[in-house]
Amino acid sequence: MNVLGYLSQILEILLALLLAPLLTGWINQWRAWLQNRSAPSLLQPYRKLHKLFHKELVLAGHASSLYRATPYVVFGCMALACAIIPSLSTDLPLSPAADAIALVGLFALARVFISLAAMDVGTAFGTLGARREMLIGFLAEPALLMVLFSASLLSRSTSLTTIVDTLAHRDLAIYPSLAFAGVAFTMVSLAENARIPVDNPATHLELTMIHEALILEYSGRHLALLEWAASLKLFAYSCAGLALFFPWGIADALSPLALLLALPMLILKLALGGALLALLEGVSAKMRIFRVPEFLATAFLLAVIGMLVNILLGV
Amino acid sequence: MPLDWILTLVLAWLLIGGTGVFALRRLTLVARLLFPAGGVVGLLLFAAAAVALPEAPQTRILPIGLPSLPFHFRLDSLAAFFLMVIGAAAAGVSAFAAGYFRRGEGTPPGLLCLEYHVFLGSMVLVVLADDAYAFMVMWETMALASFFLVIANHRIPEIRRAGYLYLLLAHIGAIGILLCFGVLQANTGDYTFANMRAQHLSPFWASLAFLLALFGFGAKAGLVPLHVWLPEAHPAAPSPVSALMSGIMLKTAIYGLLRVTFDLLHTPLWWWGVLLLGLGLLSALYGVVFAAVQVDMKRLLAYSSIENIGLMVAGIGLTALFSAYGMRPMAALALTAVLYHVVSHAFFKSLLFVATGSVLHATRERSLGKLGGLIRFMPWVAWMTLIGALTSAGLPPLGGFVSEWLLLQSFLFTPGLPNAFLNMLVPVVAALIALVAALAGYTMVKFFGVIFLGQPREEKLTQAHDAGYWERLGMLWLVAGCVALGLFPVPVITLLDAVTRPLVGAGLGAVVSGSQWLLIPVSIERASYGPALFLLGVAASFALAFLLVRVFYHGRLRRAPPWDCGYPWQNARMQDTAEGFGQPIREIFAPFFRIERTLPTPFDRAPHYHVRVGDHLWHGLYLPVARLVERLARLIGLLQRGRIAIYLLYSFVTLIAVLMVVKR
Repeated sequence: MNVLGYLSQILEILLALLLAPLLTGWINQWRAWLQNRSAPSLLQPYRKLHKLFHKELVLAGHASSLYRATPYVVFGCMALACAIIPSLSTDLPLSPAADAIALVGLFALARVFISLAAMDVGTAFGTLGARREMLIGFLAEPALLMVLFSASLLSRSTSLTTIVDTLAHRDLAIYPSLAFAGVAFTMVSLAENARIPVDNPATHLELTMIHEALILEYSGRHLALLEWAASLKLFAYSCAGLALFFPWGIADALSPLALLLALPMLILKLALGGALLALLEGVSAKMRIFRVPEFLATAFLLAVIGMLVNILLGV
Repeated sequence: MPLDWILTLVLAWLLIGGTGVFALRRLTLVARLLFPAGGVVGLLLFAAAAVALPEAPQTRILPIGLPSLPFHFRLDSLAAFFLMVIGAAAAGVSAFAAGYFRRGEGTPPGLLCLEYHVFLGSMVLVVLADDAYAFMVMWETMALASFFLVIANHRIPEIRRAGYLYLLLAHIGAIGILLCFGVLQANTGDYTFANMRAQHLSPFWASLAFLLALFGFGAKAGLVPLHVWLPEAHPAAPSPVSALMSGIMLKTAIYGLLRVTFDLLHTPLWWWGVLLLGLGLLSALYGVVFAAVQVDMKRLLAYSSIENIGLMVAGIGLTALFSAYGMRPMAALALTAVLYHVVSHAFFKSLLFVATGSVLHATRERSLGKLGGLIRFMPWVAWMTLIGALTSAGLPPLGGFVSEWLLLQSFLFTPGLPNAFLNMLVPVVAALIALVAALAGYTMVKFFGVIFLGQPREEKLTQAHDAGYWERLGMLWLVAGCVALGLFPVPVITLLDAVTRPLVGAGLGAVVSGSQWLLIPVSIERASYGPALFLLGVAASFALAFLLVRVFYHGRLRRAPPWDCGYPWQNARMQDTAEGFGQPIREIFAPFFRIERTLPTPFDRAPHYHVRVGDHLWHGLYLPVARLVERLARLIGLLQRGRIAIYLLYSFVTLIAVLMVVKR
């Protein structure tokens, strides 16, 4: 590992931190366009973060230190997730620290902390949100793991960089196992990132909110960090999806030129993916919370079928 | 030499216990002197076993017991590993116990001290035993000592009932183990393990021995369907005893299973692996689903122990599969995962159980529905329990995650098995393991969140006090174990090399020790995990975010009442209860449960809602068996007529029969 490796690692983290709110803004813009509304500016999420960081922090009376530490823990988890998911290049110094299984563990760690924090204040909505978040989590987590396993059976490795490297160098053909895994991954990402049809990021309706219920009591810089972490999570999931299912254009050799070429490719892919996500959200309706297990069980089954196909047919 | 030291240490434990008898009611002496001394002995045991682990096996023959039937002891790497687990966990629990026991709770403290140390000593000797006779004597001593510990509060009828159920299943299991040894000695009449090792049984007899061992050790470990005693006995026992039973005693069953399957019976058959895998996964899923709906904190942990034992047995099944097909490095990987889980479970489950003890003492409350908000009144216990809960949920970078990671890694190797049917089974199995791990997270959020977070659900909780210094010391040691196992897996796995090598013929030591900071079980391309780097990554982002926010913006804060969408009245009753937290699980996994509900009608004057979650196996298996036994007993009872003439007739008939059989 040389200087360039560390540079690309730092570049990737900074890029994630900077681009994540932009991706959220881009999706919001598309949603507005698809709903025939005039769209907010692309930079709206940055303004919101800036505003929230400036605001005074109002803390619920008896909140414990666990509650105060959680935004930082969640933010740290998401930053690390963005650092280990190969988005620009497949040669990352931090990547050996966590493989695909550890990545799922990392998301689980963030989820457990945010759920515990929601229970800490002891309000009705907080505990409700915690319960629902953990419900979605325990259904989505195995499905995500199965998707990653399908990919890792193809490449005989659970290391994310090796997986992406192998997938980027195969012939252009449709792999049935990856197709199943891809559909399952999309469903899981929708659930994990609190998008329609599982949750609605734009609602504060008491009966339906999940993610918003978790962060209901947060304000000021804590809320800013959690919002930022949420967009980082979306960014990480998008990058993981792109790297697994559309890995072309990612830099496999470390040279400034390759990195420079990978960057516009990544931005292009993210822009397309974001627009598609908005379209997907635009045409579906929010489902009742007790339909969510069925939705995620479908994702789980698809992922398992993908794995079976892989083992039986070897593709 | 280490074997002699260890036997001396066992003697020291027995002496400490014996001293307790002479100070039956002198609590201060027992608590402040004897229990800490027991803890020190535990530490020494840990050290002695660590020294012995890489060394060649040693044997001793002690002329105790019956004449011409001495006790054989043998210390090999497998035994040394389990002794390390026993010593380390016992040290923490004993330190905790020094601050835990109070006056006037059933059994006097001196007697408890005796039972406690006899229990510890017998577990050590079970692991050391090298012949069936010594093994069974120690196994029974262990069962009896723990039975008396369980019924420490014997004035409460439910506790006596739980203890009886435990004793019954322990003995049914012991019969299985005894018969297993009978098969293993293959009509030679020599019951030493050395002789059993030398026998080469036919597949039929080997399978029979394996099934008997699975039954016997499964009853002790709490494998479904022999698990019913566990959720009764663990809550009944005092918390340090629950910690010992769950943290260590269940592991002696895992030890027995490993000893019989891989040591005494050489090469396992492939279907043993499938059976173990199936039973293990069933137990794991059953345990975690039931844990998620419990409303008693110790019952919740007991079910979680069933889950963890299930994962270990599934791992043993995978090891058996790999070794049946001669895939030694893979078998070593799976076995390492099992052993790692054994030690991390010993730490985190002991920690969680002793934590419930502190909560119990501080609040006099075991029901989750009446706790809450304790993080503000008992911060020490809360933060240490948080570490234990995160470890139990299998989250990085703590100890539970490493074993889960290794187990999933070994599952990813199964497509190499030369059996198409088994290959297809794998996705299902890996999916189930993933589901169990995720549900464990749900359960632990419920456990920690309902007890320590939120608002106190009862007025009296605001008077709760934090744990005393001895209790904190014990918990701190167990926390250190969870963290160290999470952050430094490489030295532990290098040590485990010596354990897996004699059992499956391979080890991970050579591969793993190539890198200090990264755990690389096969090759760096295949998989790697660096817990220390992982923690560093999260901690660095944490610290940077904290600093940068304060540099560029501000660090002011103001306290105010919670907002909660503007609802003006907030009270503790509006929080989710433990039942509420279990509700989605009850809906999704409805076929697992036998749910009895009483719902109020709209016209009830005093509406009353009641839900009770039962176990199908208890009603479908245990109660019919109990009824059958009762009916048989009544049939036999017909013989008792209560008239001397009839009894004389019996004697006469017996005499005639004997005379007809015995010919000289």
